[in-house]
Amino acid sequence: MSAVPISTVPASPDPAGDPLVQVRDLTVRFTNSDATIHAVNGVSFDLHRGEVLGILGESGSGKSVTLKTLMRLLPERKSKLGGSMRVAGQDVIAMNASQLTAYRGKIVSMIFQEPMLAFDPVFTIGQQIGEAVIKHEGVSRVEARKRALQMLERVQIPSAARRLDAYPHELSGGMRQRAMIALALACKPQLLLADEPTTALDATVQIQILLLLRELQKEFGMAVIFVTHDVGAAVEVSDRIAVMYAGRFIETGDIRALIRQPRHPYSQGLLAANVLPGSAREGRVEAIPGSPPNLAAVPPGCAFAPRCKYVEERCRGAYPVATTVAASHTVHCILSEAGAQSAV
Amino acid sequence: MTTLLEVVQLRKHFPIKGGLLNRQTATVRAVDGVSFTVEQGETLGVVGESGCGKSTTARLTMHLLTPDEGTIVFDGKTVGSSQMPLRTLRRQMQMVFQDSFASLNPRLTIEESIAFGPRVHGVPGKEARERARDLLAKVGLNPAQFIRRYPHELSGGQRQRVNIARALALQPRLLILDESVSALDKSVQAQVLNLLSDLKAEFGLTYLFISHDLHVVKYMSDRVMVMYLGKVAEVGPVQAIYNKPLHPYTSGLLSAMPSLDPDQRTAAPPLVGDPPNPINPPSGCRFRTRCPYAEGVCAEVEPKLSAIGADRLAACHMVNPDSGHTKAGMALDVPVLPSLMKKTEATA
Amino acid sequence: MSAIPANLAVEVAPIAVSRGYWATVFRRTLRDKVTVVCALILLALVVIAIFAPWIAPADPLATSMLKRLAKVGSEGHLLGTDELGRDLLSRLIYGGRLSLFIGILPVVNAFIIGTALGVTAGFAGGPVNTAIMRTMDVFFAFPSVLLAIAISGVLGAGLFNSIVSLTIVFIPPITRVAESVTTQVRNLDYVDAARASGANALTIVRVHVLGNVLGPVFIYATSLMSVCMILASGLSFLGLGTKPPAAEWGLMLNTLRTAIYTNPLVAALPGVMIFVTSICFNLMSDGLRQAMDIKQ
Repeated sequence: MSAVPISTVPASPDPAGDPLVQVRDLTVRFTNSDATIHAVNGVSFDLHRGEVLGILGESGSGKSVTLKTLMRLLPERKSKLGGSMRVAGQDVIAMNASQLTAYRGKIVSMIFQEPMLAFDPVFTIGQQIGEAVIKHEGVSRVEARKRALQMLERVQIPSAARRLDAYPHELSGGMRQRAMIALALACKPQLLLADEPTTALDATVQIQILLLLRELQKEFGMAVIFVTHDVGAAVEVSDRIAVMYAGRFIETGDIRALIRQPRHPYSQGLLAANVLPGSAREGRVEAIPGSPPNLAAVPPGCAFAPRCKYVEERCRGAYPVATTVAASHTVHCILSEAGAQSAV
Repeated sequence: MTTLLEVVQLRKHFPIKGGLLNRQTATVRAVDGVSFTVEQGETLGVVGESGCGKSTTARLTMHLLTPDEGTIVFDGKTVGSSQMPLRTLRRQMQMVFQDSFASLNPRLTIEESIAFGPRVHGVPGKEARERARDLLAKVGLNPAQFIRRYPHELSGGQRQRVNIARALALQPRLLILDESVSALDKSVQAQVLNLLSDLKAEFGLTYLFISHDLHVVKYMSDRVMVMYLGKVAEVGPVQAIYNKPLHPYTSGLLSAMPSLDPDQRTAAPPLVGDPPNPINPPSGCRFRTRCPYAEGVCAEVEPKLSAIGADRLAACHMVNPDSGHTKAGMALDVPVLPSLMKKTEATA
Repeated sequence: MSAIPANLAVEVAPIAVSRGYWATVFRRTLRDKVTVVCALILLALVVIAIFAPWIAPADPLATSMLKRLAKVGSEGHLLGTDELGRDLLSRLIYGGRLSLFIGILPVVNAFIIGTALGVTAGFAGGPVNTAIMRTMDVFFAFPSVLLAIAISGVLGAGLFNSIVSLTIVFIPPITRVAESVTTQVRNLDYVDAARASGANALTIVRVHVLGNVLGPVFIYATSLMSVCMILASGLSFLGLGTKPPAAEWGLMLNTLRTAIYTNPLVAALPGVMIFVTSICFNLMSDGLRQAMDIKQ
């Protein structure tokens, strides 16, 4: 129901050269005394410089875990990583502590759902942004403060100079989120990871932050991975979208193609649940029955089978292979295999 | 259509205590003169952002908070009077809260939780438990599997179904749903919305549906009420409001919904800054600090809820032809809020 | 019973067997070896104390000036003798009766009274809360040792008086914890839902508040037992608790003070008993706390 003017189609990201992020068959297992949780079950994707990938999924899909793995933020002893993950040519899984310190903040940066988590409550915003710059680039304090001010102005915080000396609790929700973005971008990272950054915000603030992220992404030329459960937020910022379920990318593709014609039954159900076409008086919305699978016991075959209305016997046997339905639009579903058309 | 619930000029201020002797230093004017009606059998949706007072209004209507001013009239009888004492009201009106986990006592089984309400009102234990089992089935949970369970063994969607069953145990006529689906995953949310529609038809219920999600409100509601900073901005039929909002805030709120079409992305945010604080609201019209049509009169005079057409109300000087605004009486002609470049100081 | 609508999403419950909260806590506790060991030690001490007349090898009150301060492992006295020639092993066993009694009973009393006060203050709020909590604050301002000594000094020495004194010392902290937990619980939605059902305050407290408050307060109370034991021993040590010739560990520490140069091992033994009991209470309390912290 957006009635604001049409924006020009954003310039396509630079596909030339090696992808900035190369992930192959990533698996993450959490072990505790009761069971092993298979949070991520074979995720593979490429991300080029300047490209924005949106990961769409619900709770328990593994989307936040995937993001945290890219920054190696998972608890070391309880998590086991498999597969390979290369960012800017470096093997992230093999990094040791000192390499990670150089990597985090400089090459990759992250913004979170709850901005208070990113900030230390006993230091001012200016001090914290400055500290990041000093640590990674070794500049003087004066220079760092100047850079912090520049960043606050870039993220459109009003009265930036005054806010430089404010403490995190003195800012409102929207401004804290902007300050967190400033902190994340202070050292101009090549890859920005956004973990549901607008979920906790009011509608009018959410759209401001989404547009800000889009602007900054274009200006800095960063690659962005944007995790969300809200289709609208994903549409506003992403070039490509991956729908995640039970630790796998079940459908990936260009944003236009996927939104207009989702192929996987889960993607279709998810889109319908977001948009809620029609009204309750006219009829019921088509709801996906059941609930997400227990990640401690992922069944073989397609994890969505118990809830799928098109399910067949062979769905439970083996996880469907990737079928390319269009240029860079892949689906893991038997319905899309070998020319079979899904009833949309 | 008979009016089931009528709320007149509800007011609730919360004092902020501070200073040396814990004196009152400021007031949070959470709800400041809110009036609305709910017709029998309809769903009235309530939307607004944080600080607008919609949750406080819900709790005031339920009498979980005592209003400072204002009256609530249920089924033609004033609440609190001898015709409608609180205990009777409790049987007519119930509420489903947002946090499905905090809404259930972790030490009670599901059956005990649902049967608690009827037992308080004198229903014998056996019959109350029978009613609990019945309701569990109605909300889509197999009673045999769920009656002995504890809340921590259920998923969020299952818990919210239990909360709905618990609310229905007293056989109310009006159900207040305070962000009841907001904390659920979208796919589960769709299931619960279907359930709510089915239950409404089966039991002949009336809903007061509070949410910040504009898609959900549009789907569920017959009429919608938009709140801003403790006051009602606009009320009207859902299609009318979503197609042609009259109040600039409604306009901004609707435009702020993210686009679902990748070729028609939002170019600029319709409203700048954060929603302000209900501690020191602006004089006159509370929205004037972010409104592109604000003029002198907006700072001096607070706009009243004026009728426009047969079934719409809006609190804006552009609606009332005698207000003194340059666009007075021309609200229908004002275009839906375009992207706004007005720089407003966001109050921290 | 009405049929479930066919097209509603019926979700399958995940767990096969449903267990109550306390049953789950019990199972988790059993898996924690440290807690189990401590519980067994305490149980053993209690059993030994109860069956003291049958277990103790000698009469704890039988003196013998000839056999004063015999060393550990002496003929007929496994743990030696004290300054009046009494068998230490027997005195330790009999001493358990008084020491455990005086360590546990005040906390139990304070638990009952403190929870009642705290829940009332927490649930009622407003002036009732202020009245109760500020009164508690007055008592809280005194260090517990000082308070115990002061009250005992006023009441006089003796077992009953020291129990009263210790009970009074422990009521304020328990009230505080109970009030704090009640305030948290009172603001939760399920209490609001109970109010919305039309239940009165007493019913809400009984059904909804108490069950959720007793757990945390109980854990806090168990951690106080070791403090109580030590305080009780201190009171006896100072002569304000049990009177001689009764066997009580704190009192024994006092009377054996002078023997520390001649027979240090014997002089330390009562202290060892106090130490072991306190540690077991503390570790058990810790283990219980962890077991109750089930991540939902």
